Amino acid sequence: MNEVASKEAHHEEPGFWHTYLFSTDHKTIAKQYLSLGLFWAIVGGFTVYLIRWQLAYPETKVPGWGFIAPDFYNVLVTMHGTIMVFFVAMPILLGAFGNFLIPLMIGAQDMAFPRLNMLSVWVFALASLILLLSFFVPGGAASAGWTGYPPLSAKVEYTGVNWGLNLWLLAHALEFVSFLMSGINFLTTAMNLRAPGMSFFRLPLIVWMQLTAAVLFMLSVGPLIGGAIMLLMDRIAGTTFYLPEGGGEPLLWQHLFWFFGHPEVYVVLLPALGIVLEIMPVFSRKPIFGYYPIVYSTIAAGILSFVVWAHHQFISGMDPRLAMPFSITTIIISVPFALIVFAMIATLWGGSISFSTAMLFALGTLATFLIGGLTGIFNGSAPVDIYIHDTYFVVSHFHYTLVPVTFFAGFAGLYFWFPKIFGRMMWETLGKVHFWFTFIFFNAAFIPMFFLGTRGMMRRIANPTQYEFLKPFQPINEWITVAVILLLLSQIPFVINFLWSMVRGRVAERNPWQANTLEWSAASPPPHGNFETVPTVYRNPYEYGLPEVAEDWLPQDRPFTPPAGVRQSES
Amino acid sequence: MNSKVETLIATGIPAGKVGMWWFLASEITVFGGLIASYIVVRLGSPGWSEAGARLNFSLGLVNTFVLLTSSLTMVLAFKAVGEKDPKGLRTYLGFTILLGLTFLTIKAFEYGGEFVRGYTPAAGIFWSFYYGMTGLHALHVFAGVVVNAIVLIAALGEILKPHEHRVELAGLYWHFVDIVWIFLFPLLYLT
Amino acid sequence: MQNWFPENVSTFGADIDEIFWFIFRITVVWFFITEGLILSFAIKYRRREGQRATYVKGNNRRQLAWILMLGLIVLLLDLWIDIRGAQVWGKIKGQMPSSDLQVQITAKQFNWEIVYPGPDGKLGTGDDLQLENELHVPVGKIVRIVLQSKDVIHSLFLPNLRLKQDAVPGREIHAWFEATKPGKYEMPCAELCGFGHSGMNGWLIVATPEDYEKWAKEHWSAEK
Ligand code: HEA
Ligand code: HEA
Ligand code: CUA
Ligand SMILES: [Cu+2]
Repeated sequence: MNEVASKEAHHEEPGFWHTYLFSTDHKTIAKQYLSLGLFWAIVGGFTVYLIRWQLAYPETKVPGWGFIAPDFYNVLVTMHGTIMVFFVAMPILLGAFGNFLIPLMIGAQDMAFPRLNMLSVWVFALASLILLLSFFVPGGAASAGWTGYPPLSAKVEYTGVNWGLNLWLLAHALEFVSFLMSGINFLTTAMNLRAPGMSFFRLPLIVWMQLTAAVLFMLSVGPLIGGAIMLLMDRIAGTTFYLPEGGGEPLLWQHLFWFFGHPEVYVVLLPALGIVLEIMPVFSRKPIFGYYPIVYSTIAAGILSFVVWAHHQFISGMDPRLAMPFSITTIIISVPFALIVFAMIATLWGGSISFSTAMLFALGTLATFLIGGLTGIFNGSAPVDIYIHDTYFVVSHFHYTLVPVTFFAGFAGLYFWFPKIFGRMMWETLGKVHFWFTFIFFNAAFIPMFFLGTRGMMRRIANPTQYEFLKPFQPINEWITVAVILLLLSQIPFVINFLWSMVRGRVAERNPWQANTLEWSAASPPPHGNFETVPTVYRNPYEYGLPEVAEDWLPQDRPFTPPAGVRQSES
Repeated sequence: MNSKVETLIATGIPAGKVGMWWFLASEITVFGGLIASYIVVRLGSPGWSEAGARLNFSLGLVNTFVLLTSSLTMVLAFKAVGEKDPKGLRTYLGFTILLGLTFLTIKAFEYGGEFVRGYTPAAGIFWSFYYGMTGLHALHVFAGVVVNAIVLIAALGEILKPHEHRVELAGLYWHFVDIVWIFLFPLLYLT
Repeated sequence: MQNWFPENVSTFGADIDEIFWFIFRITVVWFFITEGLILSFAIKYRRREGQRATYVKGNNRRQLAWILMLGLIVLLLDLWIDIRGAQVWGKIKGQMPSSDLQVQITAKQFNWEIVYPGPDGKLGTGDDLQLENELHVPVGKIVRIVLQSKDVIHSLFLPNLRLKQDAVPGREIHAWFEATKPGKYEMPCAELCGFGHSGMNGWLIVATPEDYEKWAKEHWSAEK
C-alpha cells in the first residue's frame, strides 16, 4: 500500500493509458475528478430544470421531457441533492482542487500514495456509474430524499423503489470509500512530503482547509457507513434496525446521518473558503489579514461541527430537552465563521484590488455565502425552526451556502488555476459576463424562496397549487423558475470559455497572476514530478506589497536578496 | 517510497504508518457508531438479555481466544522481521492466517446453529445488531486474512525484503480487528 | 412586513414570529455591515496605476485585538439569541398545559386519521369518532394532540398556528395548541412520505363554542 510513485509516473515516457486513464499523477487524477464533477453538474443542472418547471407549471408537459409524475418528482429531488452534494461538490472541491493543489503547494512531487490516489478516483468513477445506472433499473431511482429517512427508505412498499435505492446506498458507500482514500492521502502527504522550510504555519490556507475538511470527513463518515449497512440490511436481509415493528428505531438513522451530515457541509465549505482566501490576497496585492486566527477558527469550527447535528431534528420527536444544547452550539458556530469572514473583508482593506473573473467569483462567494450563513441562525434557533423546518426557507438557506461553495468558489478556483491546470489562460471578458449573469440570476432565483418559506411552503412537494394557502404565491414560483432557467443558460459562456480556452487559449506563463504560493514557481502545466528542483521555502505564502521589494510580490521559495533574475512575467 | 520524495519526509514517521493510523482512526468510528447505536437502542428496549442468552457463549469464548492468540503470532511475526529471521516470519504469518480462518469457520458454524434455531437477522432487533456487527467484523477479519496472505506470499517469493515494514502495517490492522472483537464479545454475549 | 407570515391564530405563534424578527434585526444589521464593507472596499481600494497596496505586517497585536473584539460581540449576540429562544422553546415544549380536549391524530400514507374521544373525553372507548383529514376544535381551548404514524414519518404542519411536529411510527408524540380565532385552516404534511406527500393535506376547523357544540351534537347523536 505504501510504496509511492509507480516508476512509470516519474521516469520513462508513459503511454496513452498511463497518461490519461490509469495515471498515478495527482494532476491527472485532479482533472479526472474535475471532468466527472462537471459531468454531474450538467446532470444536476438538468434535474433542476425539471424540478423548477414542475413547480412553476405543475400538470404541464416539461418542454423536451413530458409530464412528471409525483413519485418521479421525488426521484428528481432526491437525485438532485445526492448528485450536487456528493458527485459535484465533493469531486470538484476536494477531488480536483485538493488533489491538484496540495502536492504543488507544499512542494512535493506527488501524493504520498499515488496508486491509492488512482484507486480512489476509480472507485469514485465506479460510484458514479452505479448512481447513473440506478436511474434505469426497474422501479426507478431512489426517491426517499437525499437524507433517505427510514422507514420510507427501509421498505420497498413505501416508495415502490427497489434496486434504485439499494444502488443509491451502494454508490454512497463507494463514494465514501473513495474520499476516505483521498483523505488518507491528503493528510499523509501534507504531514510527510512538505518541502524544506514548509512548516505547518507556512502552509497556504487552502491546504489547512483541505486538511481540516479531510479530518472532518474521515471522523464523521464512519457511523454513517455503519448506518448505511444497517439500512441496506433492513432492505435486503430482513433486519429491523429502523423498523419499529421489529423493535427498531427510525430516529437512529437521523442521528447517524446528521452526525455526518453537518460536518459534511463544512467538508465542502472549507475548501471553498480556502479558494477565496487564496485568491483575495493575490488580487488585492496585500497579505491575508490574520492568518493564525483563520487557522484556529477553522479548527474550532471543525470541532464544533461534531456537536450540532441535532439542529436538523428539533421537531423530529427527539426529547425536546435536547434541542436547546444543540441550538446553542449551533448558533455559537457563527463566531469562528464571523472571524473568517471579517479576516477576508479586512484583507480587502487598503488593497489594490483588480477585478479579474477569479476575484469577482471570490467576492461573489463571500457576498452570497453571508446570506446563507446568517439565515442559518434562524434555523438554529429551535423555536423558529418549529415553523420554518422543512420549508423553502431552509431550502434557500442551504442553497445560499452550497451554491456559493460549489459553483461560485468552484468557478473562482477554475478561473484562477486554469493556467496552471491546462497551461492556457481563460478568456477574461467572457468570464466576467459569466459571473454577472450567474450572480444576478442566482440571487433573483433564491431570495424569493425565503419569502415562500416564511409563507409556509413545504419542501419536496411536487405541486404547490394543491394547497389553498400557497395558490396566491404561484407567480413567485414561476418567477423563480424563469430566473433559474436564465441561471442555467448563464453557464453557456462558461462551457464555451472552458472548452475553447483549453485548446485555443493564450499560452500561460508560470506565474500569470504574480502570486506567491509554490505552485506558481512550477511550469504551467507542471510536468510529472512538478518541480525541476525541490523548492526551499523561506516565508509565509502571502508576502505581497513588501516595501523592501521592487515588485509587489515575493514568492515563498525566492531568497530575500532583492530579485536577481528578471521578472518572470508581466501581465 | 520514491527516493526523491523521501528526501522531503517531514515527520519522523514513515508515510505508510501515518496513512495506516488515519485509516484506523476512521475505521474506529465505523464500529464506534455501530456500538453506540447498539447501546442506545438497547437501553431503550427491554428483554434483550434473554435474546442474548440464546447465543452460543462457549463458541464465542473459543473464538475470542483464537483471535487473541492470532494477535500474539502476529507480534511474533513482526519480531521475526526485526531479528532478520525469514523462516520465523513465514511460520508465524502462517499461524496468524490459520487462526484467522479458524475464527471465520467457527463463526460460520455459529451462524448456522442460530439459523436452524430460527434466529435469523429478521428475528428481532437484537439479532439485527448481532448479525450486523459480527458480520461486519467477520468481513474485516477476512480482509485481514487476505492482507496477511499477500504478505506471506511475498515472503515466500523472497520479494518482501524491500517492503518488510508491510508486516508491521498488516499487524496494526490485525490488532485493530482483534480489539474490535474484544468490544463486541462482551457487548453481545455477556449482557 | 407582517405579510411575510400567514395570519397567526395560536397563542404561541406570536412568540415564534417575535424571535424570528428579533434574529432578523440582528442579522440584517450584520448583513448590511459586511456587504457594505465589501462593496465600499471594492470601490475605494480598486486598483489604480502606480499605486501600491498598503502593506499590513503579518500577525500583530492590533490585528488580534480587532479579531477578538469582533468575536466577543458576535458571541454576546449569539447568547442573546439563545436566551430569547430558550424562553419561547420552554413555553411551547416545556411542560404541557393541562388540556381541555384531546384528539388522536394518526398519520398514514397519505391521510390524517383523526379520532375524537367523544362525550366521555376518553380515547379508545365506544363513543370515539373517527374522521379523515378534519380536525374540529373549539376556539380558545387548549387542545392536546396525540400524534402517531402507521407507516413512515409524516409531519403535522399547521402554518397558521406555527405548529409543526413529526409523526414517527412506533412513537406517541404529544403536541398542543390553543387557537385564538375561528376559521378554516390548512393542515398539510411537511415531511416527505412517499409519492402522495404532495397533496397530503387536511383541514383544521376552529369553531366558536356554540358552533362546536352544534357540530359535536350532530355527530354523537348520529352515532347509534
Ligand atoms: C455548505 C453548506 C452549509 C453551511 C456552510 C451551513 C451553515 C450553517 N447552517 Fe445549514 N444546512 C445545509 C448546508 C449548510 N449549512 C444544508 C444542506 C441543510 C439542509 C439539509 C436538509 O435538510 O436537506 C442545512 C440545514 C440547516 C439547519 C436545519 C434546518 C431544518 O431542517 O429545519 C440548520 C439549523 O440549525 C442549519 C444551520 C446552519 C448554521 C447555524 C450554519 C453556520 O455554519 C453559519 C455560520 C456563518 C455565519 C453566521 C455568517 C458569518 C457570521 C457573521 C457575519 C457574524 C454575525 C452573525 C451573527 C451575530 C449571528 N442549517
Ligand atoms: C451542492 C449542492 C446543491 C447545488 C449546487 C444546488 C443547486 C440548485 N438547486 Fe438544489 N438542492 C440541494 C443541493 C444543491 N442544489 C439539496 C441537498 C437539496 C435537497 C434535496 C432533498 O430535499 O432531498 C436541493 C433541493 C432543491 C430544491 C427543492 C426541491 C424540493 O424540495 O421540492 C430546489 C427547488 O428549486 C433546488 C433548486 C436548485 C437550483 C435552482 C440550483 C441552481 O443553483 C443550479 C445551477 C446549476 C448549475 C450552475 C450547473 C451548471 C452546469 C455547469 C457549471 C457544468 C459546466 C459543464 C462543463 C464546463 C462541461 N434544489
Ligand atoms: Cu405525509 Cu408527507
Ligand atoms: Cu447542519
